[in-house]
Amino acid sequence: MYKGKGNFIVLIALVSVFTVYNAVLYMGEETSSSSAPRMSKEAIRGEQLWQENNCTACHQLYGLGGYLGPDLTNVISDPAKGSDYVRTFLNSGVKSMPQFDFSTEEQNAIISYLEHVNATGYYPNYDSEFSKDGWVTIKYK
Amino acid sequence: MKLNVSILFLLAGLIALLIAGFIGMIISIVYINPDLLKDIIPFNRLRPIHTTSAVSWIVLTATGGIYYYLTRVERLKLYSERLQKTHLVLFLCLGVVIYMCYIFGVMGGREYLEFLPVLIIPVLLGWVLFGINYFKVVWKKIKDGPVYFWMWGTGILFMIFHLTEAHFWAITDIRSDFIKDLTIQWKSYGSFVGSWNMLVYGTAIYLMSKMKKDGELARGKKVFFFYFLGLTNLMFGWAHHTYIVPTAPWIRYVAYGISMTEWILFLNIVYIFIKNLGQAERKIYAMPYRFLMASEFWVFVNLLLALLMSIPTINYYTHGTHITVAHSMGTTIGINTCILLASVSFIAKKLNPNNTVENTLVYYAFLFFNGSLFIFWLSLVIGGIYKAVWSAENGHSSFAQMHENSSPIFVVFILSGCLLFISLAIIVHQLFKDLGESVYQQEKK
Repeated sequence: MYKGKGNFIVLIALVSVFTVYNAVLYMGEETSSSSAPRMSKEAIRGEQLWQENNCTACHQLYGLGGYLGPDLTNVISDPAKGSDYVRTFLNSGVKSMPQFDFSTEEQNAIISYLEHVNATGYYPNYDSEFSKDGWVTIKYK
Repeated sequence: MKLNVSILFLLAGLIALLIAGFIGMIISIVYINPDLLKDIIPFNRLRPIHTTSAVSWIVLTATGGIYYYLTRVERLKLYSERLQKTHLVLFLCLGVVIYMCYIFGVMGGREYLEFLPVLIIPVLLGWVLFGINYFKVVWKKIKDGPVYFWMWGTGILFMIFHLTEAHFWAITDIRSDFIKDLTIQWKSYGSFVGSWNMLVYGTAIYLMSKMKKDGELARGKKVFFFYFLGLTNLMFGWAHHTYIVPTAPWIRYVAYGISMTEWILFLNIVYIFIKNLGQAERKIYAMPYRFLMASEFWVFVNLLLALLMSIPTINYYTHGTHITVAHSMGTTIGINTCILLASVSFIAKKLNPNNTVENTLVYYAFLFFNGSLFIFWLSLVIGGIYKAVWSAENGHSSFAQMHENSSPIFVVFILSGCLLFISLAIIVHQLFKDLGESVYQQEKK
């Protein structure tokens, strides 16, 4: 005969572990292994513009996002690209990218956001180390 | 005259499916002709219409099914029909507002929830109304109740939690720490999918037990073991999305250990069902049976892909490629949509045994639906492999060159996507007709 009480005990146990797990994740400083400083107000403004224009529909950060445009995690430190390259694209657009007409202040904010993202890590992480058990040790900034 | 609100949820879900399919088809064409609609409605507005419609199809149809099964099959009395109507009206109004926002480019949220962040409040309110009605009805029956009561309840509660969590970025302390913010965002998305899977898989188990007329299928230690395994995945198995993000290694270790189990539980349950279902039941519920069978195939295919993608070494290459899209399309269309179409056709049959959901045209549409989905899925996997190779070569060619070179793969993707939409439209048209007639009959009574 199935006992419902046992199921409640398992459920409570799982929810308890989940609560502790979330608390560590939300409040613990160790969630992020990046040594990058906190985002500046200008970078947060840039992120807000990123969201309002739904840049994620086409672009990725750390491989997360859309597929129509390139990943922009390290676009700022890419020797062939950088902030001037981004600034040009922002207002001129290309075949697949609309012309956005951002003000200079808005362009600076978006670039500040991308600079911050760039400082948090690498993507693709070409210097990762692969273990025989399938694990990948990524390189941190 | 009494309005059948649960059927209206299903009809709204079917409309959302058609919109998702149609916009998805346009998006696929835009993918290789990026300037096609750029000046009318750019890609950054089209994509959220597609994804929101797809999520709405799953949520509305699962919700309508649960309301229907509780009130019309289990013959339980809702706590409040007014709450149910408010829930429907709220979600329909929200749908219109969100579509308008996308069309006119008024956004501000994150991926998959791109609408203005303030709109999450009425979204959550709708889920709370659903939760009140649900738990008031089943609370006393849950303790010794079937597993689908647990799964539906879990789905509702975690949907509320994870939709809230997906907006934690509004808290300055979290937002200013980019990696933590990104981690919590993708944690919430992984669990968001896990939450609707609870609603959908609960529906699948419900259908199985009803079609087989075997209530024990949804009870017992084994089925609850798998439920808890699924719940563990929902809570802790999300981090394979962020293997490559510089989070603390322990987060990724936990995910690696857990993320491979979720699919096995469902495959096992479906296997038991298929093995034991008699010929008579297969004949009575031919269409729901076919869709459940198809979902089993898609579970198998996506199980394989999910298992491979959850191995960090393989994830390193597949992350950020179309293989991830193949996985999400395979699960939302192949598994979730097949189960939900089984649910809607089961309800259509219940409402009127003479309904023609099994006609020849629908049968062929069903075959084309699965065939085109397989080609669609395969083209995404091949496109993903191509991108992974390009990415591993590190700068041998530009992104634009890679994109252009992969065009032939995406022509196949577009053609199969169009066929997929047409076959889906035929099935939806028939179901819409059947349900519409049933609503009318219900009203006459």
